[in-house]
Amino acid sequence: MTSAVEKYRNNFLREVEANVEEGEWVKMCMQCGVCSGSCPLGDAWEHPPQELFMMIRAGKRDQVLASESMWMCTSCYSCITRCPRGLPITHIMHGLANYANRLGIAPKMNPTRRFAKIFWDNIAHTGRVNETKLSLRLYFMDGFFTGLRRAFAMRKVGLGMLRTGRLNPLGLFRAGGIARKGELRKLLARAYEIEDARKNFGKRN
Amino acid sequence: MTQQAETAEPKIAAYLCAGCGLGERLDLERLAKVAAEAGAGAVEQHEMLCGEDGVARIRGGIQDGATHLVLGACSRRAKTGAFNFADDGAAVARVNLREGVIWTQPEDAGETTQEMADDYLRMGCAEAKFMRAPRAIAADERGANKRILVVGGGVSGMTAALEAARAGYEVLLVEKSGALGGWAKSLHRRLPRRAPFSAPAENDTAELCAAVEHEKNITVFLNAHIARTSGAPGRFSADIAQGENTRTENIGAIVQASGFRRYDASQLPEFAYGKTPDVVDQMELEALARAADENGAPIARPSDGKAVQSVVFVQCAGQRSEKPGHLPYCSGCCCGVSIKQAMYFKMRDSEADANIIYTDLRAPGNGEDFYRAAQEMGVVFTNGAVERVEAGTNGAQLAVHFRDHVLDEDAVARADLVVLATGQVANSGVDISAVEKNEDGEKEKNGNGKDESAEKKPAQVSVPVESILQLDYRQGPDLPHLKHGFSDSHFICFPYETRRTGIYACGPPRRPMDMHQAMEDATGAALKAIQAVENAGLGRAAHPRAGDLSFPSFRRDGCTQCKRCTVECPFGAIDQDAEGYPQFNESRCRRCGTCMGACPVRVISFENYSVDTVGQQIKAIDMPDEFDEKPRILVLACENDAYPALDMAAHNRIHYNAFVRVIPIRCLGSVNAIWVTDALNAGFDGIMLLGCKKGDDYQCHFVTGAALAHERMGKIDDTLNQLQLEPERVRAFEVEITDIARVPQLINDYAAKIDEIGMNPFKGF
Repeated sequence: MTSAVEKYRNNFLREVEANVEEGEWVKMCMQCGVCSGSCPLGDAWEHPPQELFMMIRAGKRDQVLASESMWMCTSCYSCITRCPRGLPITHIMHGLANYANRLGIAPKMNPTRRFAKIFWDNIAHTGRVNETKLSLRLYFMDGFFTGLRRAFAMRKVGLGMLRTGRLNPLGLFRAGGIARKGELRKLLARAYEIEDARKNFGKRN
Repeated sequence: MTQQAETAEPKIAAYLCAGCGLGERLDLERLAKVAAEAGAGAVEQHEMLCGEDGVARIRGGIQDGATHLVLGACSRRAKTGAFNFADDGAAVARVNLREGVIWTQPEDAGETTQEMADDYLRMGCAEAKFMRAPRAIAADERGANKRILVVGGGVSGMTAALEAARAGYEVLLVEKSGALGGWAKSLHRRLPRRAPFSAPAENDTAELCAAVEHEKNITVFLNAHIARTSGAPGRFSADIAQGENTRTENIGAIVQASGFRRYDASQLPEFAYGKTPDVVDQMELEALARAADENGAPIARPSDGKAVQSVVFVQCAGQRSEKPGHLPYCSGCCCGVSIKQAMYFKMRDSEADANIIYTDLRAPGNGEDFYRAAQEMGVVFTNGAVERVEAGTNGAQLAVHFRDHVLDEDAVARADLVVLATGQVANSGVDISAVEKNEDGEKEKNGNGKDESAEKKPAQVSVPVESILQLDYRQGPDLPHLKHGFSDSHFICFPYETRRTGIYACGPPRRPMDMHQAMEDATGAALKAIQAVENAGLGRAAHPRAGDLSFPSFRRDGCTQCKRCTVECPFGAIDQDAEGYPQFNESRCRRCGTCMGACPVRVISFENYSVDTVGQQIKAIDMPDEFDEKPRILVLACENDAYPALDMAAHNRIHYNAFVRVIPIRCLGSVNAIWVTDALNAGFDGIMLLGCKKGDDYQCHFVTGAALAHERMGKIDDTLNQLQLEPERVRAFEVEITDIARVPQLINDYAAKIDEIGMNPFKGF
């Protein structure tokens, strides 16, 4: 994989097209900025989608892949519905985030990235989401006392979920999940293998 | 032609219509009495004048000897078919009782409505008394030549020639170079004309050239230019010079398709043009692409012949810029051309890098599909402005320094080749207004380099001063320009019309454009030329008063030879004869009456429109005295925009002040200052001139009429001051045909203003 990317050449754009989900759409952006203007969190993005697309064309590989910006996407789909060129912008944002994560360039402490990882590990483990484990892992990811503070702040929601049966305290001790977990894990492992081979990725961490 | 003496006293017959509610709202008996007092020998009422029976009654009146008809019914813009008595030889004055009175006055208005109708009828009778039926230009004075001369053998000229020839008209095609085809023949590929607009199309200019050469109705003159043009539509005469030989040809109309010149890129040292052969303009890239195609090789760098792996296109190079020597305008087609040229690289080698740096990508028509196709091929589009290009040394790449507008930072792109998208400069001949201005100082010679004073000023296009048509008109040898060297025309309403009747511009002399647009343009101009020769053959006016049979004449013994009419005529229709008198070229005339408005001694008139036909209407109204508290406001309304707007206001029953008296005029340019003086003397309390927009984006159908009127009214302000009258008593307004609610509002506001400043102190003198 190329690491020295020339400015305003197609190298990085081609890399994105090859490796990022829906990346082949990036070249079709006509820089109108409707996506950036439509994003409800637009102000919070360091580089809104229009700018990310331009940075890709400008060959700013490291800045794009290390950016926190695409992790800000909440999948509201405003940009997709409004893009006059029909770019699947939401999917491209997630594709970029996923690619950066796979390369290990994504910002390590980005809360969205960490949540996504906890969520994926949780669901990939048993084939179903275990809400109890998921919430506890999330609250306590920054240490025991921070976890307690977070859990306390969310107690009303937690109790409500308990009452309505949405959160099972026994889930902490029961594995739960689908019937043939081994099959699922084998299936995922094979999918990783195929993707890694196709995209020429290094060893998974 | 001099004005002929009236042979007999006019015999006026007045017809009053009772239809459309006129009978209920107005006292027709009283109107009949008014008409009789105003000189109508016969007065007749009819319940529906525009019906078959009504029209038959009018024809009966003509047979009984009526020479002049006064029709008290609807607006002159309504029922034009029914009330057309041109073939019967009768002069017609239309009195607008419907739109002008009952539809714009409330039902409970009382006596003011009837007074309005009475006045309009008096005005109609006065107008009729002073008009004659137009007789058209005598058949033996009409130009009957139907051949069409096309100047320029590029795609626009060839298309115009082919279109006219295939419509059955004989065409002479004059091309200054040794071959047909113009710029187009040197293109590698052309912009796509058909769906899916996804790739450059074959350059089919050679086929067009062959079609022209094989067309039996077209005679081609190569290595030729026009040495002199004279005449008028239907009877132009042109000297075609071909080397030593000059032949004189008679033609009916002219299409000027003189194309464009490339902007001189050597004026762009900041882009390293001229410093390295690896910076080229778009035309030079076409040559490189053709050479590469012939060799079956990729496009090569001019400096070392290496295959180009990366190319940067600099859009708006020396264009859309106010810097000295740059073009201030957008040439409209260079974005499409750069997209096409970027495809040359990507289609040969998808790994090659092509980067188009633009500020606004303009892809008109189906260009958006073409743009998308280029993006799909992987052409990179960068929103930014190029500041400079640095030439690399020893085969190194060029460095394009630019501001990235999206990332908001300075950036550098490196490339083997840089293409500058420079613009088109109109090849439209001498700027006759600039020559006029220079006449006081150093007299400018034709065909003599560049206008140096223009070159130093920023954002002004210096146009090569080489006459295309060599017109022998008093007003100058070429078509008047609007700005930046482009021929003056009304780009929305009548794009091919120029300010020289019977001469139609097409292609880049009108505005910058690509081949396809130029071909469409040429088709339009060819049709206009055909229309012109046909109208001239019938002795009729050309656009916009197409079909008008009247024409101006002047009273020779009153003329002081001041030449104002020849200068102010927007269409250069008036020359001077050997004795210094104006010489009207009827078929060049558009019948706007600007000459009539210009004439300080009021000797110019049309049969059915003259200083008298309007002046006598002003004098005919019944002026209430100062203490009646009934002011009178004269509205002179342009028949092209203001009067239709008033009519449409009436259709919408929008009411306006009952004290106005509206007279339609052909153009504000035809307003003679004497009408204003007469109206003030007659006791009018205010005068409104309703005309079209003036300036660079003028809406005046006769180009300069509105501007002239404003200029002349500026002079009237001085007179008002001398008479110690308030300057508000005479006001000119710019209105549009769509100002349906605004025009009545303007009238009401103005009436309120007149109320405020009080009655005209000259009333009753």
